[in-house]
Amino acid sequence: MKALLQPHRIVMLAIAAAIVLWCVFTLRWDWLPKYLPLAVEGIWRTVWILAVTVVMGMALAIPLGLAQAVGPWYLAAPARVFCTVIRGTPLLLQLWLLYYGLGSLFPQIPWIRQSDLWPILRQAWPYAVLALTLSFAGYEGEVMRGAFKGVPKGQLEAAKAMGMPRWKILTRIWLPQAVHRALPTLGGETVLQLKATPLVATITVVDIYAVSSRVRQDTYIVYEPLLLLAVVYMVITGIIVLAFRALERRVPSRIA
Amino acid sequence: MKKLAALTLTATLMLGGAAMAQTVKVGIAAEPYPPFASPDASGNWVGWEVDLIGAVCAAAEMECEIVPVAWDGIIPSLTAGQIDAIMASMSITAERMQTIDFSDKYYNTPTVIVGAKGVEMTPDAAGLAGKILGVQVSTVHEAYAQKHFAGSVAEIKVYQTQDEANQDLVAGRIDATQADSIALDDFLKTEAGMACCESKGAVTDDPEVLGLGVGVGLRKGEDELKAKFNAGIAKVLEDGTYDKISAPYFASSIYGG
Amino acid sequence: MELIGAAGAASTLDLLAYSPPGWGANLLRGLWNSILIAGGAFGLGLLIGIFGAYGKLYGGPVLRDLLAVYTTVVRAVPELVLILILYYAVTDAVNQALIAFGHERIQISGLAAGIVVLGFVQGAYATEVLRGAILAVPPGQIEAARAMGMPATLLARRITLPLMLSYAIPGLANLWLVATKDTALLAVVGFGELTQETRQAAGATKAYFTFFMAAGALYLTLSLVSTYLFARLERHARRGQPSVGGAR
Repeated sequence: MKALLQPHRIVMLAIAAAIVLWCVFTLRWDWLPKYLPLAVEGIWRTVWILAVTVVMGMALAIPLGLAQAVGPWYLAAPARVFCTVIRGTPLLLQLWLLYYGLGSLFPQIPWIRQSDLWPILRQAWPYAVLALTLSFAGYEGEVMRGAFKGVPKGQLEAAKAMGMPRWKILTRIWLPQAVHRALPTLGGETVLQLKATPLVATITVVDIYAVSSRVRQDTYIVYEPLLLLAVVYMVITGIIVLAFRALERRVPSRIA
Repeated sequence: MKKLAALTLTATLMLGGAAMAQTVKVGIAAEPYPPFASPDASGNWVGWEVDLIGAVCAAAEMECEIVPVAWDGIIPSLTAGQIDAIMASMSITAERMQTIDFSDKYYNTPTVIVGAKGVEMTPDAAGLAGKILGVQVSTVHEAYAQKHFAGSVAEIKVYQTQDEANQDLVAGRIDATQADSIALDDFLKTEAGMACCESKGAVTDDPEVLGLGVGVGLRKGEDELKAKFNAGIAKVLEDGTYDKISAPYFASSIYGG
Repeated sequence: MELIGAAGAASTLDLLAYSPPGWGANLLRGLWNSILIAGGAFGLGLLIGIFGAYGKLYGGPVLRDLLAVYTTVVRAVPELVLILILYYAVTDAVNQALIAFGHERIQISGLAAGIVVLGFVQGAYATEVLRGAILAVPPGQIEAARAMGMPATLLARRITLPLMLSYAIPGLANLWLVATKDTALLAVVGFGELTQETRQAAGATKAYFTFFMAAGALYLTLSLVSTYLFARLERHARRGQPSVGGAR
């Protein structure tokens, strides 16, 4: 609180408040009530996609990191290639490859269209979730590789000396410490993942970004929906940062 | 105050003068939209509308340059000044007239529904009940579907380009798409279109949403440029250039009534 | 449907040929545009980053707070949203200003707009990378130079910038890779970079799979070559320094 009371900050806050007031009173917000239900639905979909892809991506990243860190070459090499390809190509392209590329193959394979999976496969969200999950796994696989390697050898040797079986060493000692090491990066990566979610709007998934585009296209109001959108993303980012800070505090630090 | 008015006037005059000397940037939608405009393998844009842009500009003695812009940002691009005119099969509607200005129309075609072969449907609310309908974003077709079909269809899916909606129709992700009859005719002539789909007929006209034909989109207040485009369009219609351009593409004139 | 199977795959590969009817030239032109934008944006971002980092470290309280707002906001809002806001707002504002001062409207090319917009985004990240790198320079070096009476600009040019380079390169290499991939976002405003060219070629020929795979290969090549070059650059920047194997 004291930090905010320096004279120059008071002036800056006043200017910021003036800008916000100007935005509220001179820009057009009359579209807001009409699109509010859609916007809430869009925010929910964005958050849902983010949560699902982060959890599933992380579940994939752990074996990917482990394979690269200590796996035999026939596991390490494919894991490495996967991470390189995902990190070396734009997510937008991966998304379109999955949605339109696979989509163009489906008409040639009749049994897919007759199977029970088709009602799900014809929707857009499975492709969005798949692409974002693979992308998160690719980036996190690299992070987890470093985290697994960073766990002090002494810890593992001590566990081995105690006669712990290998699986138990992994779940009790190695994995928890590696995840704890990766936690600070994980917060940042989750924010990056949030910033990747609007791309799903290009394959007809109606997230909050798509809702803002719809307002722009229906009403030809350009800046107001985009400004509101920026605020929404900043709020979600803030929540993610705070959540990870709380999470880090709960895990006892200073392991070494 | 007087000084300010004088300044604005000079600015407007200079602007007008500049438009004469400068090339006019004509925005088209950066997507394949055959037979009106689509990119070819050598990186050029070809099609009926591209030919027409050339003819109208020549008739109005303007230097024109074609600038591809994303369809969903084409009106902001015009108002922000990245382009000076839109010739991208944009219908003249009251809704758009609130933001931009239009020249006289240069074509007018009916709107049809195309759906998967063997699926029963008619181009009205009852006939589309429970179906998934795909439309291109911020088109008159989207507006029409939202107004007339939103209550009965299972879902209205909105695409960035008509080409992607067609692609998903082929892939079976949507049951039908609504768009301009000429553009969909062209799609139905392709191998994939022929195999999967057929026309289900024209929708009932609703000029309030479907507009009064296609015109050149212009910034408000640029009346000089508007007059030039109008003169150019009138001239190509009169001297037969319009029909000459249309002949290779269409069996009959698409100028419409 | 003769497109099924191996014959179909072979015939769509022909579409990648360099000269028409192949679309290879279009893809390569798109790649070149992507590299131009990425290069320009990276350069601009570096420039903003250098000033931003110095401002954050040695600037007055107001400048420091403003820079904090800049880096926080840019890093919290998706690039796609920033690109749309800046793409329309910047060109609009420039033209409004020009008209207000009695000049004529200028046309801002997609290339220039793309560079400015992505450069602005890159600048926020570069500020943080360079700030960290400057802090990593041993303070004794800077103090020694100050004690010798070196003026501030000379000190920056001769001591701080060369010394921090080795610390900054890994972060900057990452930024460059982000820049090359972020150019794909300009496809959303219709600019003819690699992803947009790919989308058009795929749409026009219906060979979606072939073209997306080809574009992926091009992006991957670009990223692998860049990674290799940056690794060499880092080794060059580190010459004469004790080996710091494993640390980053």
